[in-house]
Amino acid sequence: MDAERKSEPMGNRTTVVKRSEREVVVTRSFDAPARLVFEAWSKPELFKRWWVPKSMGMTLHSIEMDVRTGGKYRLGFGDGMDFFGRYIEVTPFSKIVWTNEESGENGSVTTVTFEERGGKTLLVMSELYPSKEALDAAGTGAQDALHETFTQLDELLARA
Amino acid sequence: MVQYTQSHFDASFAALSDVTRRGVLEQLARADASITDLAGRFNMTLTGMKKHVGVLEQAGLVTTEKVGRVRTCKLGVCRLEEEAAWIERYRQLWDARFTALDAVIEELKRKEKADGRRKKK
Repeated sequence: MDAERKSEPMGNRTTVVKRSEREVVVTRSFDAPARLVFEAWSKPELFKRWWVPKSMGMTLHSIEMDVRTGGKYRLGFGDGMDFFGRYIEVTPFSKIVWTNEESGENGSVTTVTFEERGGKTLLVMSELYPSKEALDAAGTGAQDALHETFTQLDELLARA
Repeated sequence: MVQYTQSHFDASFAALSDVTRRGVLEQLARADASITDLAGRFNMTLTGMKKHVGVLEQAGLVTTEKVGRVRTCKLGVCRLEEEAAWIERYRQLWDARFTALDAVIEELKRKEKADGRRKKK
């Protein structure tokens, strides 16, 4: 991963690396100081504008975020499909760690760090799963959600 | 950027380091075969062949399925390809999010400028 960073020191490219059988790491640079990137991650009214891009084909119905150590969050996508968990650690402008509890025991812990370098911010996000199997089963969230949407549609059509 | 975990490479290379196992892969590329078939063809005991197939299975190069008393072996879906596809889907999701995040951050930057840099770094 270090070699990659060197070859593309601050290119705004999203890279994904599997650090181990149960950890995925995403890196991306942003042309802004860390406090602004952190703000966009920690204020619900800003967060909801980018967390569910149109290409995901989902709509965020409700959002509750208490971004501080020990605080909770809950993202509702309608029809009882909620993503929720707790913030294990929040250090303003530099780090947010949270649990993903909707998958029960197979839930991952997400760690995001914001590292400012010359007015730009390097974001490193790690998703650590309890086991290899949990990671393999995780999919990308969007796909699972999409699958669920289609299942709901199927059910609706079957009833009609 | 796709990278693979060391353990996958290790498992694949270990599996391919043996001449019999490479032969088994060649054989399975032509047709599926039972462990008994393979043992006969490579002049080995059933137990020996089971071990080789086990190593190939572990590396994701071969899959086996037991129907009745016969365990049939076939070439596995390449795990590396599967993993590359998984990583690419994951990357696309995050790339879409971060493109949207760029727009939000640009707006924050503009706003901060307009506010006359009230906030000190």
